[in-house]
Amino acid sequence: MSEPLLRVEDLCVSFRTDSGIVRAVDCVSLHVNQGETLAIVGESGSGKSVTALSIMGLVGDSGKINQGRILFDGVDLVALRESAMRKIRGNRIAMIFQEPMSSLNPVLTIGKQVAEPIWLHRKKSWTQAYAEAAELLAKVRIPDARSRLDDYPHHFSGGMRQRVMIAMALACQPKLIIADEPTTALDVTVQAQILALLKDLTRETNAALILITHDLGVVARYADRVAVMYGGRIAETASAADLYANPRHPYTVGLMRSIPSLTSDAGSRLYAIRGQPPDLANLPTGCAFAPRCEWAKDICLRSPPSL
Amino acid sequence: MTESNTESALLEVRDLKVHFPVHEGVLIQRQVGSVKAVDGVSFTLQRGETFGLVGESGCGKSTTALAVLKMVNVSGGQIIFEGQDIATLNESAMHPLRKRMQMVYQDPFGSLNPRMKVGDIIGEPLVVHGVSRRSSEYKQRVRQLIDQVGLLPDMAGRYPHEFSGGQRQRIGIARALALNPALLICDEPVSALDVSIQAQVVNLLMDLQRDLNLTVLFIAHDLSVVRHISDRIGVMYLGKIVEIAPRDELFDHPRHPYTRALLDAVPVPNPIIEAGRAQQLIRGEVPSVRNPPAGCHFQPRCPLADSRCREQRPVLTSHGLASVACHNV
Repeated sequence: MSEPLLRVEDLCVSFRTDSGIVRAVDCVSLHVNQGETLAIVGESGSGKSVTALSIMGLVGDSGKINQGRILFDGVDLVALRESAMRKIRGNRIAMIFQEPMSSLNPVLTIGKQVAEPIWLHRKKSWTQAYAEAAELLAKVRIPDARSRLDDYPHHFSGGMRQRVMIAMALACQPKLIIADEPTTALDVTVQAQILALLKDLTRETNAALILITHDLGVVARYADRVAVMYGGRIAETASAADLYANPRHPYTVGLMRSIPSLTSDAGSRLYAIRGQPPDLANLPTGCAFAPRCEWAKDICLRSPPSL
Repeated sequence: MTESNTESALLEVRDLKVHFPVHEGVLIQRQVGSVKAVDGVSFTLQRGETFGLVGESGCGKSTTALAVLKMVNVSGGQIIFEGQDIATLNESAMHPLRKRMQMVYQDPFGSLNPRMKVGDIIGEPLVVHGVSRRSSEYKQRVRQLIDQVGLLPDMAGRYPHEFSGGQRQRIGIARALALNPALLICDEPVSALDVSIQAQVVNLLMDLQRDLNLTVLFIAHDLSVVRHISDRIGVMYLGKIVEIAPRDELFDHPRHPYTRALLDAVPVPNPIIEAGRAQQLIRGEVPSVRNPPAGCHFQPRCPLADSRCREQRPVLTSHGLASVACHNV
């Protein structure tokens, strides 16, 4: 197989906080091929969002990439300077955030915000960029797109704002789109519309998609491959079909069994994973899941398993 | 018809309306309209049953809960709780009744006082209703509650910030149970929790419901969770109930086009089922409650809408085991 579009190798990211150094991402390796949808599944604090932010070069001042490489199209993003990273971010890798309410600039019109990356990265004239912005808004199925260019974000509903975010992400025809819980803040009927749109548009442009979510239903509907994260590490990776038919990691097994679905046996007791999610500032020495695992042995408590 | 069977009903809500006035003007405020957050909602809770209320954000499900507890002003209708209409009662008349109805909130971080110890939080309702903190009755009850929700006795002396989301939700549940309520209202009790913790809390609520013979009003937007826990379910859209049915009936034979759209939109955690499913996505989004559409509220998004739907508002009528508000069912 040819070299994947993105290859993350042994990535470790830590943050300085009041309660000490937090190892948010611990030796994570994964890859995404062109045109593929990879879902990263995990609970809050599992390291899925930090992995995404590291790929975007956005870990911030309190965070530090301690180790590892992020190879995108053969270039190691970790070693890039900020000025070079700026040429990639929003251009060849685009990100869609969870909060469509707060990730748009409230004092700029929608037209300006969508046109900006086209003008900045693709060096189009402002008039041209603006015209393309109208086309993009139509493409994400915003009704009457041209007349809405001069509207401000507060004129738009949550679902419409998320469509604007998708239009901005697509503006420079990126090769990789990272969507971090893109529909968590939206209602179910709107969630289905947005995810279907995202999937259609990535298929059309043959872009790769990293879909970060905690919803195993969404994963089943939209992902080709899945990486399950727990306590900053990857617990399991598999094709979506494989993961559901034959989950192997005890955490994945527990997760699958614990969610009620529209087809499960209503009214019965749910299988529950015991215990509480791990404290990242005080991760156990062995496997992060060991304290909650039914199959934990001595070795699980002593040394972390490798993938 | 079960709706008029008040013998075994713990709570009967009839034509409940909650309208919030909308004011305009800086110095001289005048009312320019109203938001009809809840507009003519009726349902009955039989003793010992769990009634689920589902709908998308802004549909009025939480406001309905707050109205039943008299925590918002009721604009119209009746709330018959244990045979007495409480819709018009004032606060002092409500006080003794509050023992009988308690609430579990969505946000386990915002709903516990960070400066109080867990034992004091759980025992506070007892103090409010006249039990002394020093009495042995108080101490024994707090210990019992802590045990009942699966916490450890030594946790009583700790503060909320030392607990994870799931444990805090257990604290909130213990507090709600302190006064032995007949009615427990749970407003999105698991939606702020991690997936692996949700199952623990759902199981706890189901156990408590059975052991204490509680009547539960369970409000959530997650259809899978509501289906799991509820005996009967009401679906709300824009301030109105569009369908009420027993659980299996609702999920096996959804009748209202909105109910069907909701069920279609929920992805099933199984790629094989998903691949074979034809998805019927409904258009658009929920309109603003300030300007609801004429006729049926769902009509602008409905695939079945015709001219009658645009003019006449449908009312709940019974169809077999279900009650549905739709002209085309």
